[in-house]
Amino acid sequence: MDFSPLWDWFRWLNGATGIKLTIFYDSFDRWRFFYGFLTSVRLQATCLALSVVVGVVGAWLQGARSRILRGALQGYIQFFRNTPPLVQLYFFYFALGYVLSVEGDGGLRQTLVSSFAWAVICLSLYAGAFNIEIFRAGIEAVPKETVEAAEALGYSRLGAYVYIVLPLAFRISLPALNNNLVNLVKTTTISYAIAVPEMLYVANQIWSDEVNVPEMMNVLLIAYVSLVGVVVLVMNKWERALRVPGYVS
Amino acid sequence: MTEPLIRIQDIHKSFAKVEVLSGISMDVAKGEVVCVIGPSGSGKSTLLRCVNALVPIDKGSIVVDGQEVHDPKLDKLALRRKVGMVFQQYNLFPHKTALENVMMAPVHVLKQDKKEVEARARGLIKKVRLEGKESSYPGELSGGQQQRVAIARSLAMQPEVMLFDEVTAALDPETVKEVLLAIRELAEEGMTCMIVTHEMGFAREIAGHVYFTDRGVIVEHGPPKEFFSGAKDPRTRQFLSQIL
Amino acid sequence: MLLPFRLARPAEPVFSPTARWGLMLIVLFALSVGAAEAQTSAGQPGILATIWKWTPLLAQGFALNIAISFLAMAIGTAAGVPLGICQISLLPPLRGGSWFVTQFFRNSPWLVLLFYCMLLLPFEVNIAGHIVPIPGWIKSTVGLSLPVMANMSELVRGAIRSIPAGQWEAADALAFSRRQILWMIILPQCVKRMTPPWMNLYAILTVATPLCSVVGVSEAMTLTRDALASEARNELLVPMYLYLLAAFFVYCYPIARATQALEKKFAVK
Repeated sequence: MDFSPLWDWFRWLNGATGIKLTIFYDSFDRWRFFYGFLTSVRLQATCLALSVVVGVVGAWLQGARSRILRGALQGYIQFFRNTPPLVQLYFFYFALGYVLSVEGDGGLRQTLVSSFAWAVICLSLYAGAFNIEIFRAGIEAVPKETVEAAEALGYSRLGAYVYIVLPLAFRISLPALNNNLVNLVKTTTISYAIAVPEMLYVANQIWSDEVNVPEMMNVLLIAYVSLVGVVVLVMNKWERALRVPGYVS
Repeated sequence: MTEPLIRIQDIHKSFAKVEVLSGISMDVAKGEVVCVIGPSGSGKSTLLRCVNALVPIDKGSIVVDGQEVHDPKLDKLALRRKVGMVFQQYNLFPHKTALENVMMAPVHVLKQDKKEVEARARGLIKKVRLEGKESSYPGELSGGQQQRVAIARSLAMQPEVMLFDEVTAALDPETVKEVLLAIRELAEEGMTCMIVTHEMGFAREIAGHVYFTDRGVIVEHGPPKEFFSGAKDPRTRQFLSQIL
Repeated sequence: MLLPFRLARPAEPVFSPTARWGLMLIVLFALSVGAAEAQTSAGQPGILATIWKWTPLLAQGFALNIAISFLAMAIGTAAGVPLGICQISLLPPLRGGSWFVTQFFRNSPWLVLLFYCMLLLPFEVNIAGHIVPIPGWIKSTVGLSLPVMANMSELVRGAIRSIPAGQWEAADALAFSRRQILWMIILPQCVKRMTPPWMNLYAILTVATPLCSVVGVSEAMTLTRDALASEARNELLVPMYLYLLAAFFVYCYPIARATQALEKKFAVK
């Protein structure tokens, strides 16, 4: 498909009004912004998936017998919930990143983990800490009579967990989970601070080069609000699809 | 005389420091229908829960079909297959349709063939007069309808005994009848039933034997005719005069 | 061995939970200091001494974080309450407009809003001939108060909707006007319901204040990085960042506990 008339229109807009949207008519800016957009989406999708995994595994581990394991898990949750995500990210990237680096050629230290990977690790752990609590609350909200009924039908503990408790707990958790995941998508922007080339970072480069701060700021805001909007929309659809008629949790 | 299907001997059960069952014994023969009545908190529900090992007992013995229920080596699955239970609050699985509720345990627990189970489940739903409600969710059904689904769900495991725990206590008066009808039909077909109920008229009509429990013991028992017209113990008489 | 859904409550803790987590962080911090101390070459000041040297400066930065959080919370609440009330207005344009504003700022990343305010708000204003400069931290406070406002607006709307319809009907039957019902009957009942989530919002805002460092405000995060840069000692990295994390934890964790306690208290009633 040929977009050049559209690009030309933006070039004309610049000439006529001074609105400088280089990301449309300058192919270099267009590509780097698009790449930043893709990086954002990739980062968000990876963190979303991993944080849910952390949440499910963590909620399960909370039933562990070992007090030490439960204590450590609780420590992790409280630490990530009550400290600033940005400082966590710096701590991971600069402090732990230094510990996990090796002496490279010419005395320069080489990091073993990329900034993208650090952002994924840190943000997944951050959102995962919230997810654990969300899933646990969902599991606790399943009435114990329902579990008893399952047992009376011969379900084992694990069977009742898999077929009855988890599906119900998941539905109960979904609104809170959605909220947290939307929050995560917004929080991924902080990876700008460790130079992950996502949308905010790229936009910053563009407005520094082109001196078009207001234009890029607005583009950025609209792009993020739409991205988050899509996530909200998908989540709400999902929530509706899973809704059971007549069941209010 | 043949061995009773359920033999309960001198069972005791305490929660924290409160003794709920203090030495209860009863026999239930195959095909017999017994009703347990008594004031709230007299341990009736706990008694039923002990029979299918939802609640462990402290002392005594319960034998169901030759199996000691509180043997630690007991195969709980085998027991629960034999003993079906219907609860006061129905406790249907809210995320599954009526048909799925009935089908779940045979498919997941007994690993029976899905097609066969479905045919049987549809039959059971028809039996409790809920044809057409197969794909409704519990939240879309009335209390009486939900309770009948719960009965069908229990029957799908093809039990030999059914336990009914105040199954009409949470229902509107209009829907009580339809549930009692479903139970009566079951009893007439020869299903062994232990029924905890407050419906005295129903107990009188359906029971082969009525037990009156108070404060963890059986105060009096007998065939319904004698029990309801000639109760001897003052506690029984007082209870009956309040209820009737 | 893992047991599904046996959500065992841990036995009675020896310390109160707060003390336990605080203790854990201190232990973690001490360990990192110990490890770093081992790497310190002879002739250099010790790690603890170095951290202590910077503490007054960092405390100043942290005070700015707290000031920003207070101010942004005040602005956000003051703007969010009317916005939330507008969301249940009977006038469709007002309702729609306030809904849109709320959703827009709720769905915008905080950092992007910060950049927006930082770069597009003027750095000085002319009030009656006087040039009044606007410092960066004020601009970033405005930036942070926007999402607070939007979240507050949703809280208010949710709280109003959670009041049973019977309250409106009963007041209607007593011939109260809509305005009177809202101010005299509905909103007073909302205050209690909104307190725990409002405190939660404050905690979220507080942990968001280091974002201001990205746009150049000299708060605790910026100063920590400055301190690290001027020391130029790699073994300081882990203890210094942990020190800053601990500071936030010590401030935020009690708020989280208090919020939980309030939630529990209100849930019982």
